[in-house]
Amino acid sequence: MDKPFAITLKPGSSLANHTGSWRTTRPEYVDRLPPCNAACPAGENIQGWLFHAESGDYEKAWHALVENNPLPAIMGRVCYHPCEGGCNRQHMDSAVGINSVERFLGDEANKHGWKFAPAAATSGRRVLVIGSGPAGLSAAYHLTRMGHKAVIYEEAPLAGGMMRFGIPKYRLPREVLDTEIQRLLDFGVELHLETKVTDVQEMMKGGFDAVFLGVGAHIAKRAYIPAGDANKVLDAVAVLRGMEDHDAPLLGRRVVVYGGGNTAIDVARTAKRLGAEESIIVYRRTRDKMPAHDFEVEEALQEGISIKWLSTITEAGMGERGDDIMVEKMALDENGFPQPTGEFERMEADSVVLALGQDADLSLLENVPGLVVDKGMIQVDAGMMTGHPGVFAGGDMAGNERTVTVAVGHGKKAARAIDAWLRGEQYAAPPKPELATFDRMNAWYYSDAPKTMRPVLDIIRRQSTFEEVLGGLDETNALFEARRCMSCGNCFECDNCYGVCPDNAVIKLGPGKRFQFNYDYCKGCGICATECPCGAIRIVAEEN
Amino acid sequence: MSLQPVKFYQTGTFTVGNRLLAPEERSVQANMQRTSSLNSGHRACQGCGEALGARYAIDAAMNATNRQLIAANATGCLEVFSTPYPETSWQIPWIHSLFGNAAAVATGIAAAIKVKKQKGQGGDVRVVAQGGDGGTTDIGFGCLSGMFERNDDVLYICYDNGGYMNTGVQRSSATPPAARTATTMPLGPEPGNVFDQGKFVPAIAMAHEIPYVATATVADLRDLEYKVTKAMGIRGARYIHILVPCPLGWGTASHDTIRMARLAKETGIFPVFEAEYGEVKSVLAIRRPLPVEEYLRPQKRYAHLFGKSPAVATIARIQALADKNIRKYRLQARQGEH
Ligand SMILES: Cc1cc2nc3c(=O)[nH]c(=O)nc-3n(C[C@H](O)[C@H](O)[C@H](O)COP(=O)(O)OP(=O)(O)OC[C@H]3O[C@@H](n4cnc5c(N)ncnc54)[C@H](O)[C@@H]3O)c2cc1C
Ligand SMILES: Cc1ncc(C[n+]2csc(CCOP(=O)(O)OP(=O)(O)O)c2C)c(N)n1
Ligand code: SF4
Ligand code: SF4
Ligand code: SF4
Ligand SMILES: [Mg+2]
Repeated sequence: MDKPFAITLKPGSSLANHTGSWRTTRPEYVDRLPPCNAACPAGENIQGWLFHAESGDYEKAWHALVENNPLPAIMGRVCYHPCEGGCNRQHMDSAVGINSVERFLGDEANKHGWKFAPAAATSGRRVLVIGSGPAGLSAAYHLTRMGHKAVIYEEAPLAGGMMRFGIPKYRLPREVLDTEIQRLLDFGVELHLETKVTDVQEMMKGGFDAVFLGVGAHIAKRAYIPAGDANKVLDAVAVLRGMEDHDAPLLGRRVVVYGGGNTAIDVARTAKRLGAEESIIVYRRTRDKMPAHDFEVEEALQEGISIKWLSTITEAGMGERGDDIMVEKMALDENGFPQPTGEFERMEADSVVLALGQDADLSLLENVPGLVVDKGMIQVDAGMMTGHPGVFAGGDMAGNERTVTVAVGHGKKAARAIDAWLRGEQYAAPPKPELATFDRMNAWYYSDAPKTMRPVLDIIRRQSTFEEVLGGLDETNALFEARRCMSCGNCFECDNCYGVCPDNAVIKLGPGKRFQFNYDYCKGCGICATECPCGAIRIVAEEN
Repeated sequence: MSLQPVKFYQTGTFTVGNRLLAPEERSVQANMQRTSSLNSGHRACQGCGEALGARYAIDAAMNATNRQLIAANATGCLEVFSTPYPETSWQIPWIHSLFGNAAAVATGIAAAIKVKKQKGQGGDVRVVAQGGDGGTTDIGFGCLSGMFERNDDVLYICYDNGGYMNTGVQRSSATPPAARTATTMPLGPEPGNVFDQGKFVPAIAMAHEIPYVATATVADLRDLEYKVTKAMGIRGARYIHILVPCPLGWGTASHDTIRMARLAKETGIFPVFEAEYGEVKSVLAIRRPLPVEEYLRPQKRYAHLFGKSPAVATIARIQALADKNIRKYRLQARQGEH
């Protein structure tokens, strides 16, 4: 080469200089566990499905969602959304409205008739599922996905369990329930209604390789209240179940509900809708001790339901017409327990509804050896298997936390364990990545955007009708809400690392393919990790 | 507002890219085809703000000129770490001459291009001059002022790291008050650099009433790219002053470079604005107001302010300077702007 005047060396590129050798620490891409996912009892990959919703691809988002939970339209209405309690966005403005986006996706799927992705090849194995509540439906769905034949036996004339015979219509319209159950049947789940299982041992002989029990807890707990005969003392589960019959239960003008859980609230709100002039909840303790969720108490109070705190019913069926009850005032002792005060008040009541919780009916398991029952609950291992090999259980009968979401999670967990068990293996859950805590993120990069509130049915209408109370999001605000997600711990392709590296040592692989470090040149400064908004890069010490 | 407000897109334009934005709405740095004018293998310290700022600015200028660009570089870190003969990290036509003459060299190139064009040779090639704060505010200042006064068709970019970093962190006229350097040691009654001296060249450039003057930091990429792009769309003398934190000279963690620039802007220490013909046209408002202490404390060059008994009076003087910037340039956070 002819070199210019006074030039002795050929020009070269600094790429010859591998500055990677300077490094004492190195950046690595990671996927951390978003706190929303960690808090979801159904084990949903929330960040994962929101990722698709953010770009407006709702169908892909729905498919990602139903990988874990086949009932998003239901869940988007009745779930108490512990995910939102864990959401990192609450440290910025307010939690992402995960539940409302879930409902939006579920409703979109129902509107457009989206179907589940095809199941795995048929295994030839048959699993009996007892009960068509959320636990049974979830187990059956996941078993079907894995290629097994799931056969549900259900005692009731309609499927859904407490989702149909407990949760009132104004919170879960039955068309929504029916559509999601129908999708499961179309998927290949076999359902036999009005088929009560009385002997599990016997059923096992009938060609099933494993059993999943999801019979729920339906026997109402009673409290001893001396009562004359005129007064009507009913139990809440029976009242709510009666709502599904042709003739609504007759509760009268003045209804007193005894209890402090969500069921008590639901019955009181139902009574009001049935025309009761007064619907009164009597509860032993104080509001902060009440197991019912705050927002439900709030909605009930708005609808004109009154609550007598620190009170017990000591007698019913009093007076000439037998429609008076006696209520005793309580006081909290130093340990926070209610104690009687001897102060009484007489109240008029056309009916008294007891909402004191339910027990599971385990009679169908009487002759199954190896089962352990503790405090009325069947004991299971980490894979939801009972003491009897091949018999699994989940939902209300197997846990203290009794929600639709927990039941769905149990069903999924059990299905995975059953799948492994059928192959003579034991299911081992993959190790959980470390939590994407807020302090691992760089919140600077997120735009400010407060939460979209779902419309609430106005009060007059909801006192008298069974129309759904909470409205849904529409396309624009669902998109907005999804985009409030910060993608905690998982790369969302913001290009920050690619941009901020002073050494041009980040390789962009293209849309959907994420990034790679060029360790030949990366000096390990750590800027990429500090400036990654979502905490998807960690810095580790370089070996040697 | 210098930035296009966008609909709610999760991170809007705060991040480098954003998969929710149309490709043309993303930054130059997000583009896989960016020039990467200053390539890997350079010898800048870990986390160098100047290396980052230079790639940001020159990539944007390349993008704005259809890659028809020549850069003249003053002596300083940017030159030394990028071109140890015969290697270079520059992927653009680039020339280095002396410490103090980058503006004059660029003027000469611009003149040559003009003559060539008059003779019908060569296309519309544009010129950038760049240097450190020492090369700009001190030794190169005469050439720079001349370039302004003649309104030569050059964009001059100053990478301000607050000192002569390449030769071991000596004071320049851009070193901030109270900062420790090798020549302003934290000794005596008023430790560190003096107050009430030094120059703010963006204001002096404005006094020349040239078509365009702007400041920027490596913490606001979209703003920086917007300004470089705008500058390349204008003929005549233009000046952009970019704050580029220096982990070595400031005594900050290498991973905090962008964070420090962001703190300088958010505390009001460094006003980010643009001016046309001597008049301020827009500012980048503070988003989350912070006291200057947040900016000072992580820097070892201010460690003497945070000894056993903090130098409250000195910190208050620095706060007063920041407050003055906020008043003068109207930087206070505004509702609805973020
Ligand atoms: C009034 C009320 C409101 C509620 N509101 C909510 C809410 O808003 N959100 C929430 O998350 N949770 C709510 N819950 C709780 C939730 O409904 C339950 O936790 C959940 O339904 C339990 O699911 P499961 O599948 O275990 O049982 P279930 O839903 O009870 O289903 C069990 C099924 O098994 C069937 N079955 C029982 N025995 C047999 C047998 N021997 N043979 C065949 N079939 C049998 C039953 O008929 C039933 O269909 C509410 C509960 C009540 C009572
Ligand atoms: C005329 C002349 N004087 C002194 C030097 C030594 N010198 C080289 S770089 C430099 C400091 C550069 O400081 P600045 O312009 O702020 O750039 P930085 O290194 O901080 O980026 C000095 C003093 C020189 N090269 N030429
Ligand atoms: S911001 Fe998104 S990923 Fe993070 S916790 Fe909330 S919903 Fe989950
Ligand atoms: S910013 Fe670049 S040099 Fe620094 S650690 Fe990340 S990849 Fe490495
Ligand atoms: S900085 Fe952005 S692109 Fe890089 S890993 Fe983090 S989220 Fe992904
Ligand atoms: Mg300097």
